[in-house]
Amino acid sequence: MDVLDVDTLDIARWQFGITTVYHFLMVPLTIGLGILVAVMHTMWVRTDKPEWLRMTRFWGRVYLINFVLGVATGLVQEFQFGLAWSEYSRFVGDVFGSLLALEALLAFFLESTFLGLWIFGWGRIPKKVHLATLWAAVVGSVVSAYFIIAANSWMQHPVGVVTDDETGRPLQVDFLAVLTNNTALAAFSHAIVAALMVAGALLVGVGLWHLRRRKLAGQPVTDVDHAVWRRSVRVGGWVSLAAFVLVALTGDWQGKLMYQQQPLKMSSAEALCETEAPASFSILAWGKLGSNECDDVHSITVPYLLSYLAHGDFSTAVPGVNELQEEYAAVYGATYPDDPSFGDKAGEPIDYTPVLAVTYWSFRLMIGMGAVSAAVAVYALWATRRGRVPTWRIGVYGSLLAVAAPFMANATGWIFTEMGRQPFVVHPNPDVPVEDQVYFFTAQAVSPGISAAEVWASLIALTLVYGALAVVELWLLTRFVRRGVTTGDGAPVPGPTPDGTPDDDLPGGRDRDDVLSFAY
Amino acid sequence: MDLQTLWFAAVALLWTGFLLLEGFDFGVAALLPLLGRRTPDRHLMLRTIGPLWDGNEVWLITAVGAVFAAFPGWYATWLPALYLPFVLVLSGLIVRAVAFEWRHSHHTPAWDSSWSWVITTGSLIAALGIGAALGATTLGLPIAADGSRVGGAFSGLGWPALLGAVAVLAFSLVHGAMFLALKTDGPLRAAARAVARRWAPVAALPLLAWAGLVHLRHGTPVTAVLWLVAALAVAVAWARISVGREGQAFAAWGAMLGAAAATIFGAAYPVVVPSTIDAAFDVTIADASVSDYTLTVMTWAAAVGLPVVLAYQAWTYWVFRKRLTAEPVHEVAA
Ligand code: HDD
Ligand code: HEM
Ligand code: HEM
Repeated sequence: MDVLDVDTLDIARWQFGITTVYHFLMVPLTIGLGILVAVMHTMWVRTDKPEWLRMTRFWGRVYLINFVLGVATGLVQEFQFGLAWSEYSRFVGDVFGSLLALEALLAFFLESTFLGLWIFGWGRIPKKVHLATLWAAVVGSVVSAYFIIAANSWMQHPVGVVTDDETGRPLQVDFLAVLTNNTALAAFSHAIVAALMVAGALLVGVGLWHLRRRKLAGQPVTDVDHAVWRRSVRVGGWVSLAAFVLVALTGDWQGKLMYQQQPLKMSSAEALCETEAPASFSILAWGKLGSNECDDVHSITVPYLLSYLAHGDFSTAVPGVNELQEEYAAVYGATYPDDPSFGDKAGEPIDYTPVLAVTYWSFRLMIGMGAVSAAVAVYALWATRRGRVPTWRIGVYGSLLAVAAPFMANATGWIFTEMGRQPFVVHPNPDVPVEDQVYFFTAQAVSPGISAAEVWASLIALTLVYGALAVVELWLLTRFVRRGVTTGDGAPVPGPTPDGTPDDDLPGGRDRDDVLSFAY
Repeated sequence: MDLQTLWFAAVALLWTGFLLLEGFDFGVAALLPLLGRRTPDRHLMLRTIGPLWDGNEVWLITAVGAVFAAFPGWYATWLPALYLPFVLVLSGLIVRAVAFEWRHSHHTPAWDSSWSWVITTGSLIAALGIGAALGATTLGLPIAADGSRVGGAFSGLGWPALLGAVAVLAFSLVHGAMFLALKTDGPLRAAARAVARRWAPVAALPLLAWAGLVHLRHGTPVTAVLWLVAALAVAVAWARISVGREGQAFAAWGAMLGAAAATIFGAAYPVVVPSTIDAAFDVTIADASVSDYTLTVMTWAAAVGLPVVLAYQAWTYWVFRKRLTAEPVHEVAA
């Protein structure tokens, strides 16, 4: 095998990383905002207050602009495992494919069908049924997240399988165990509350900006528009704060599982070279993190904290990277088997330590960006207490800028989770006796028949398409968000008519620029 | 029937459902430059598929998901063998999806017509590409013993792929025209009917040829009957559209697809990827399938889930059952 094979593996990894991270920029906004818009719609149906209707329509439109990009990028995900990772697909087929298929059958149909009904159903189906269509779509998103995270968690912690003696592949024996994998329960809870942080930050950032702009323009604080933005900030702020607490709690749960299931990921997250008891949590590290030369790393630490994260006490020993590398090498081999399926890696030594600079910093960015978001939420709630409107430029623009923070936290969270399990694509489950463990190296996973040139071509094509779409999406969203709840020509969005139906569905009331009217 | 055969049938059914549903929205999109030269007509055409295309597309996702879930060996052989064509299909589907949604997020004529053009192009690419992939997986791909592709990036694109591509596109065009005739009123309805009437007999030919070929290679008496049913359905569809019975014509045209797909999958069974290198390298359902345990789990899930999905999708079609006209919709809320 020649150099091209190494290339194929590396390019395929870049491609997978880029397309999935991109998909996951849309996903948390879809999930988080979907839940919040459904709540707003419910509040409107229950209270009949016009500001809830306008909030539903405004945020609903943002949700839709973003949703479609989530769908478009998700399509690529569905094919990717076969395209560039065919050996992976063959290996995990007995477990993994069924979760993807069930996701499509039980979640995607629900999402897309009912969202279509919600969009086109304004004024066409009875009010409460119409509300139910949105909830059905939102439930679809959440169910979809569960299935796909169960699939991912199975790669992190394979349960419910035995090894097939004939093929050496995992054979599913307990589907319920796969669905109730503790790794999946923790990761799912964490990802859902992390999604709410994204939606909360958006409501806060945009709401504050509009409040300030209206105040500087001398607009009244008594009208419906004011109520819309004020309520957006308050709802967003409280959701962000509550979600941050939950993110920390569920993250702590994940940390404890990680200590048992993937100890090397834990110590890599800390750049902890030598075993420590009690172990301290590193806040800032310097030295040669990038070279993976563990012995040159120095850091500022909080004593005992890592022991607590790992095991809930202040004395537990947390094993260091150097020790674990040797343990893994003893169990799973110091070199890759000399077999063509390992491509250029065949016979090479195995490095069980992930890229320390990535694991260390992505873990800190995730937590740090979440903390930024929480701080912004505190500021926003304080600055809008008892009817106040903030005009402090830095605070308001800072909050707007900080909308990016929870997106980054989500992306770095996944980068940490996924790169931290290298060099395995399916990480062995330590609860199982070594001889029965199921595992698969990333080096074995790539499709053997395709050339590096093909993967380059697809990587470039998809990156260009994604780049172009990002530009248009950002442009559309900013334009739309700036314009606010009023329609394009400056006329306010029609409020509900006395019988509670939005009057833009009545003759003559339809406005092409209305936030949810789809004038095809 | 054993579980592998059941799942082969389920996968065949999902692909057929996908072609039947997404077929008309591909068709409507592809007909935009022809029937939608006037802006109101174009908007009307897009409104007929607006609430439906996303739900239709999930049939594709489910079909691909089911191939992976039930026959990972099929998934892992078929997709990399047609790597670049699939990437092209995905790009087409991506731009098409965002175009549907973004088209009405900004209002200038240039913006509107650009995105309409993207919808048409994306749909054409997707219909051709998916047709090519289905043609190749039923008529042959250059596959070696280990399931990997022989002969470079474009070796999968032989005549089987070409036939499949033309067949799916031609079917979709007429299917879309019949759908428009059924869903709209006024001049557009008449124009769509004329297109369907003019092209139905010709457009069915590549699909019938594809089905006939698979039948001639591996067919049974049952697939022969199915093929005849498909041919007969073309005649019925043509006769009914000629006398203006749009609903019946649409149904007959759909039945044609159903019968042709049944011929193709029925005759190809149990091979899922025939090798053009050597028949001994053919991938069969037995080589490709997951364990009986996993198939059983999925059978239960599908038995519960699929009827529910069909029920609410049918409800959507019912909610949007009205014919549309070029005037903006003015329904009063229920
Ligand atoms: C935590 C949640 C989550 C994660 C980790 C992923 N997705 Fe996703 N996906 C969603 C949550 C989601 C969603 C919220 O359900 C989306 C986003 C926007 C949308 O339309 O639905 C979606 C859309 C979406 C679609 C389009 C669905 C449609 O047409 O309605 C597909 C095919 C996939 N995804 C497939 C995948 C695959 C194969 C992934 C694994 C790499 C993946 N997604 C990661
Ligand atoms: C949506 C959130 C996700 C993000 C942001 C993400 C991110 C990443 C990244 C950055 C890599 C590259 C790692 C590397 O090359 O070192 C990767 C690899 C991978 N991920 Fe994920 N991932 C996500 C979800 C998933 C899910 C849900 C699955 C499975 C269901 C999955 C399966 C894989 C596989 C198979 C690889 C193989 C390639 C490799 O290891 O390099 N990922 N992911
Ligand atoms: C506040 C403290 C937090 C802690 C202790 C924490 C902990 C963790 C841990 C241990 C993992 C890795 C799980 C594994 O690989 O097994 C993880 C993953 C992840 N984190 Fe966090 N996290 C925190 C904050 C956040 C925030 C603020 C966000 C986003 C807003 C976030 C989003 C994610 C995501 C998306 C993943 C990957 C998917 C998953 O495994 O759920 N986290 N987190």
